[in-house]
Amino acid sequence: MADIRYSAPSTIDEAVRLFAASGGAKILAGGTDLLVQMRSGAVSPGHIIDVKRIAEMTSIAEQNGSFRIGAAASAAVIGEHAALRKVWPGVVEAINLIGSKQVQGRASAGGNLCNASPAADSVPAMVAAGATVTLQGPGGRRELPVEQLASGPGRTTLAPGEIAVAITLPARPKGSGDAYLRLIPRTEMDIAVVGCGVSLTIANGACTTARVSLGAVAPTVLLVDGAAKALIGSKLDEAALEAAAAACRAVCKPIDDKRGTIAYRTKIAGVLLKRATAIAAERARSH
Amino acid sequence: MSSQHYKWIGTRPNRPDGADKVTGRARFGADFNMPGQLVGKVLRSPHAHARIKSIDTSKAEALHGVKAVVTAKDFPEQPNQIVPAGEMQANLRDVTRNVMAREKALYDGHAVAAVAATTSEIASEALALIKVDYEVLPHVIDVDDAMKDGAPILHDHLRTDGLTPPSDKPTNIAKRLEFVKGDIAAGLAKADVVIEREYKTAAVHQGYIEPHATLASATEDGQVQVWSTTQGHFQVRGFCSRLLNIETSQIRVTATEIGGGFGGKTVVYLEPVAIRLSQKSGKPVKMVMERSEVFRASGPTSGGTLRVKIGATRDGRIVAADTTIALQSGAFPGSPVGPACMCSFACYDIDNIKVIGFDVVSNRPKVAAYRAPGAPIAAWAVESTIDLVAEALRMDPIDLRLKNAARKGTKTHYGPTFNTIGMVETLEAAKNSPHYKTPVKPGHARGVAAGFWFNVGADSSAAAHVGEDGTVTVISGNPDIGGSRASLALMAAETLGVDYDKVRPVIADTSSIGFNFVTGGSRVTFATGLAVVNAVRDMIENLKGRAAKIWEVEPDAVIWENGYAKPASSNVGKFEPLSLAQLAAQAGKTGGPINGHAQLNAQGAGPGFGVHIVDLSVDRDTGIVTVERYTAAQDVGTAIHPSYVEGQLQGGVAQGVGWALNEEYIYDAKGRLQNAGFLDYRMPVASDLPMIETVLVEVPNPSHPYGVRGVGEVPIVPPMAAIGNAIARATEVRMLDLPMSPPRLSAALDAMAPKRAAE
Ligand SMILES: Cc1cc2nc3c(=O)[nH]c(=O)nc-3n(C[C@H](O)[C@H](O)[C@H](O)COP(=O)(O)OP(=O)(O)OC[C@H]3O[C@@H](n4cnc5c(N)ncnc54)[C@H](O)[C@@H]3O)c2cc1C
Repeated sequence: MADIRYSAPSTIDEAVRLFAASGGAKILAGGTDLLVQMRSGAVSPGHIIDVKRIAEMTSIAEQNGSFRIGAAASAAVIGEHAALRKVWPGVVEAINLIGSKQVQGRASAGGNLCNASPAADSVPAMVAAGATVTLQGPGGRRELPVEQLASGPGRTTLAPGEIAVAITLPARPKGSGDAYLRLIPRTEMDIAVVGCGVSLTIANGACTTARVSLGAVAPTVLLVDGAAKALIGSKLDEAALEAAAAACRAVCKPIDDKRGTIAYRTKIAGVLLKRATAIAAERARSH
Repeated sequence: MSSQHYKWIGTRPNRPDGADKVTGRARFGADFNMPGQLVGKVLRSPHAHARIKSIDTSKAEALHGVKAVVTAKDFPEQPNQIVPAGEMQANLRDVTRNVMAREKALYDGHAVAAVAATTSEIASEALALIKVDYEVLPHVIDVDDAMKDGAPILHDHLRTDGLTPPSDKPTNIAKRLEFVKGDIAAGLAKADVVIEREYKTAAVHQGYIEPHATLASATEDGQVQVWSTTQGHFQVRGFCSRLLNIETSQIRVTATEIGGGFGGKTVVYLEPVAIRLSQKSGKPVKMVMERSEVFRASGPTSGGTLRVKIGATRDGRIVAADTTIALQSGAFPGSPVGPACMCSFACYDIDNIKVIGFDVVSNRPKVAAYRAPGAPIAAWAVESTIDLVAEALRMDPIDLRLKNAARKGTKTHYGPTFNTIGMVETLEAAKNSPHYKTPVKPGHARGVAAGFWFNVGADSSAAAHVGEDGTVTVISGNPDIGGSRASLALMAAETLGVDYDKVRPVIADTSSIGFNFVTGGSRVTFATGLAVVNAVRDMIENLKGRAAKIWEVEPDAVIWENGYAKPASSNVGKFEPLSLAQLAAQAGKTGGPINGHAQLNAQGAGPGFGVHIVDLSVDRDTGIVTVERYTAAQDVGTAIHPSYVEGQLQGGVAQGVGWALNEEYIYDAKGRLQNAGFLDYRMPVASDLPMIETVLVEVPNPSHPYGVRGVGEVPIVPPMAAIGNAIARATEVRMLDLPMSPPRLSAALDAMAPKRAAE
């Protein structure tokens, strides 16, 4: 095995410069995906750029009701942020489902997103939340809706040399709530067979806005507009929930594999939609 | 409790190896190193079934840093001869082929070559340079398929053993077994209720956390040293001696601390390869399996297909029991179908029994022992069927079992008649447990199942030495997997009448103590415990002789009591008792060092019975099962160290829950294992399980001075059926195939839904 170069820059500009300059480089945030992939031989980077020493990428800031989460902030730090937990309980619970206590101390939302697994737990929650990701590359900064970052399993739309800097969760009106549920055969240390994120706002008993997202049922995490449409304008009654569940089932393009059958994944997408919506609605009503 | 009159037995001191294990100081298989050692790695077949036309290792050998390459050519051919291997049998012809594929690769992961190199990276690079010319052959994974006419044949020479008349047809069925008691047809004719079902189980792995690891050093003068994580270092010595034609006295094997084995570390995979690589390179060679290699190439236990038919009279008496069991043995013959057949109905006193078994090869890794090999598979089918009988008769499942329970004097269908056993006591303890007496909570359902295991005795050696200060070393030769050091020290302290912390138990290597059969069959506390007790008794005789010498009396005028030599009666004379320390201090003057020895082939291992109760809930939308409460009651003979006995029961249940709900070997269409890792081979994690309650029922084994029965295997026998029975009561869906994973249970619930709606 060739030697691996390791850099730990303290600024984003320096990280981008290093990243753009070397061909086989990889960004290291928590390393909980990267190191596993290196050990299995799936990737063998010649240069590792550790972004955990960059303050902007590891901190959380609140501004006018929106939250900016450093892409490399650990799940443990995110889980302890009381204000964030209050406004976006679904996003935080999704991030806090990743791995175990030990993994939580390292794993980041940015890593979860950039690893581009269709089963990544935090991603459907962030997609439902309408989150955007700030990217910085040799050509400067740009913003992207989170659902546009992955283009397939393990593949992203990141330009060469581009780094995810932060994830922004928008400010939201009163009466809003979100939730994320995943189905795993065990109770932890497992990979989602299906994941479902729901974020909605309720005013005068009716759902005024909604976003629904599904993980692990297609090559990328899906934003399910059809399900959102079924919920918006309804009182979240059984008929609306069934229509939204049907919309979820309809967009599923899962595979039959060791983790579940097509029939099972499709069915569960609908089940989780109903359950996650119920939790999000409950949270919206008490906010 | 029978232990009340003991001072040490039945107490719960810290285990002698505990501090090292919790501080990380203990050295496991991969922690042993020698100066100048090489890294050994194995090239494995990517095909389920392929003829090996040629292997070209020249490029690998030429790579800088590669010191040796081996293939099957480096291992001598072996006779078609069966030797005992733990709780199973091994054929040397097959063992050498499993260690290194010869004519054919027989499963995905089968070893075909190995290298030793100066670094891990060079070893990996060398593996990639080995060119194997394979002719891929049709393969077969499933037992039912493997038994069909026209199935791909794994071994051209194989004929079914046990057929009358014998057949000369090449086959994958290695053996047919039959056990008959009474007249099954007559029994069925008497039955008011007859239930018959077909069941399947999946192959499951022992899932020990520590992968196989070994370090071997062969020297120019022919001596070999091996450090290995194994359940039986004498077994490693024996296999390596035969497979490599080295005299046993030239091989010295040290068992490292072991991170789980559960039966899977009673055979050899890496050790013969590491020795050969060391012999060829002249350097020590270390080999450690990756987790994927553990799954692909070390023994799981069988999956199988079973049919069970049970007939009972209206009053709950079982009058006929009939089963056919076909088990996967993996690529070579030797599944645990024998014990599966024998254990099937052993919990019950039934007049008419017929059991037929088939041992079937297919393109999977050769199975190895896994806790009570075969018994859990049989119990899944039998105990599920008995539950159906209880439902049909509207009887309480424990009452039905009580009505038919085996007891002292019951003649089993496989031959022996039971001596003192605790099946009835265990059923009663389960019935009276706090769990069973608590009404089932709304939304939960309860299941019950029983299980049996013979337990094993066999060969053990032990020695005891007194140090000059009167403290004691107890030496035995069985790797400590489940707390056996603590149990052996407790029995030695009890026998000798000294404090537990004055006894230091040590596990010797193969050159430092006489032969010991593997740590398996739940035999160590029983058989090696007996050897330790006998060694201590031998030492006590010696101690009495020393006191007699000091007092100038006859040795039989001295007795040993609570750690002191005392005159047998006042007639002997008036002497102050002599303590162990006092006798040790004068040893030089009375005959030299004070030691004791014992060796034996322990007979009379007491069989064990378990009865498990589970409450669980089923999420009908997802098919997810949550185990809410679990109680394991078991006849444990005497609980020498109750905490470690409870630990055995809890561990068996945890593994059984995984077997029931999620664990399975999954193959793709090409016969490649799809889930060779803990992410997709789903063993339970801590949060999947409630606290597992235990009820220790003590029915002492009359064949052991302290009443010991093995306890380590029975607890994995009942869980699958207990869980299936509870699921049936929760959902009205009777699952017949394992695992009852969420997708499967969900599909079964959905299939049932229209029927329910119609009712
Ligand atoms: C035991 C275990 C359990 C796990 N359980 C779960 C689980 O339950 N749910 C789940 O979703 N995942 C799980 N994972 C996977 C992993 O922990 C998560 O995906 C985690 O969020 C990855 O974050 P990280 O910071 O460790 O990423 P890293 O491993 O550091 O990076 C992942 C990938 O993203 C790239 N990358 C990271 N940060 C950036 C950036 N800022 N800009 C550009 N590229 C970047 C890296 O180069 C790499 O390719 C588990 C992993 C382990 C080992």
